[in-house]
Amino acid sequence: PFLASTLYLCCILSCTAPDSVPAPDASGWSAGGPGGPDSAPGAGPDSAPGAVPLPFPTAHGTTTLGFLFQGGVLAAADTRSSCSGLVACPASRKVVPLHRHLLALGSGTSADIALWRRILARELRLYQLRHGRRLTTGGAAKLLALMLHPFKGTELAGPPGGGAGTSRGGARLYYVCSDGKRLRGELFSVGSGSPYAYSVLDEEVRWGLSVEQAARAGREAVYRASRRDAYSGNCVDVFLVTAVVYLIKHRENKP
Amino acid sequence: MEYLIGIQGPDFVLVAADSVAASSIIKMKDDHDKMFKLSDNILLLCVGEAGDTVQFAEYIQKNVQLYKMRNGYELSPTAAANFTRKNLADYLRSRTPYHVNLLLAGYDQADGPALFYMDHLSALAKAPFAAHGYGAFLTLSILDRYYKPGGWTGEQDASLLSILNKRFILNLPSFNVRAIDKEGVHDLEKVCGREREREGRERESR
Repeated sequence: PFLASTLYLCCILSCTAPDSVPAPDASGWSAGGPGGPDSAPGAGPDSAPGAVPLPFPTAHGTTTLGFLFQGGVLAAADTRSSCSGLVACPASRKVVPLHRHLLALGSGTSADIALWRRILARELRLYQLRHGRRLTTGGAAKLLALMLHPFKGTELAGPPGGGAGTSRGGARLYYVCSDGKRLRGELFSVGSGSPYAYSVLDEEVRWGLSVEQAARAGREAVYRASRRDAYSGNCVDVFLVTAVVYLIKHRENKP
Repeated sequence: MEYLIGIQGPDFVLVAADSVAASSIIKMKDDHDKMFKLSDNILLLCVGEAGDTVQFAEYIQKNVQLYKMRNGYELSPTAAANFTRKNLADYLRSRTPYHVNLLLAGYDQADGPALFYMDHLSALAKAPFAAHGYGAFLTLSILDRYYKPGGWTGEQDASLLSILNKRFILNLPSFNVRAIDKEGVHDLEKVCGREREREGRERESR
């Protein structure tokens, strides 16, 4: 079996649809992000009246992150799905494998993420069947970015996400956003808790980390972010993507 | 917050772009390349709204290459600039305008170096020097004062960018610099602060 590209896509859909807040869905995530039914799209995410508006619209109630190191790509995410101040599901899965070498990290509205994930998985599989080889990580990120581009500016889709995987060229990490941005990098974090995670990661992540150290760094970053961010929390999922296959660490409870 | 600059010399064009890819307050990437190579002699520098930049620039890039495949010769910089402007203008009053600001720099064997300034309202101007972004407010006056058509050198480019470090409230840590002359596009050394150099060396040594 040839090496598959692992594309780790973080699709985060943040959809603040003021007139249709999805009811909390017990079987999956629900609308991430603090935007409630009263907040207009693009308005400050704080829906409490008289609250100080945030300097930027916070994305999606999530902390997901991924970084490259010598052992592959490490991906970590929290497991809380929030819906306007309610924790709809404390055990959701935000890091989802698309295939053996590809992980998708999502942040945003769970419905949109689930949809785009399925669409992307379908397209990747079709590509593999048609061309006899798996799409590279960058190719899959490009595909997702191009598929999302027609929906830019609509309320429907707003996934910023990250993709991590290993392909013929080695481990890759991409950040894909619903506004069409697609960046290749070595360290990304997406979601409302991402600024907190970035600072911790920037301190701890080095190329030469061992697998254990990298897992600890990822877990620590998600944990720190979930301490400060109201919309992230519960447990931490840690994944490692290597040249061969992805590995999951046992889901850890936040102490 | 993004910054582009282009300066035309006697037989070359120097272009530089900052290398930060940001998303609201977070610097997602600090080694992002905002220049797109349209052909061996033409570079397109593109900043603006997040997805639009790449989509539009790659669209232009592929069309320029397609022209070469179909016709056997390349578009001149002037033709490429006008083609780009026409596309911007066509999309301007559609449902999906591209909000991008561009610099197109090229070297034509017949006409020499050329630098074109384009903005999101699809204005097009051939200029000896041009800049986009907030940094333009700081650097254009220097160019007005000191530019002479025959006398711009590469070292002055670095000193120009240092004025941004001095006066611009945002920290633009590093810039990609390229020069186009009759031999094509040349990558020049990145202009960056000391800390960025150290990180860059670390990265390269892996």
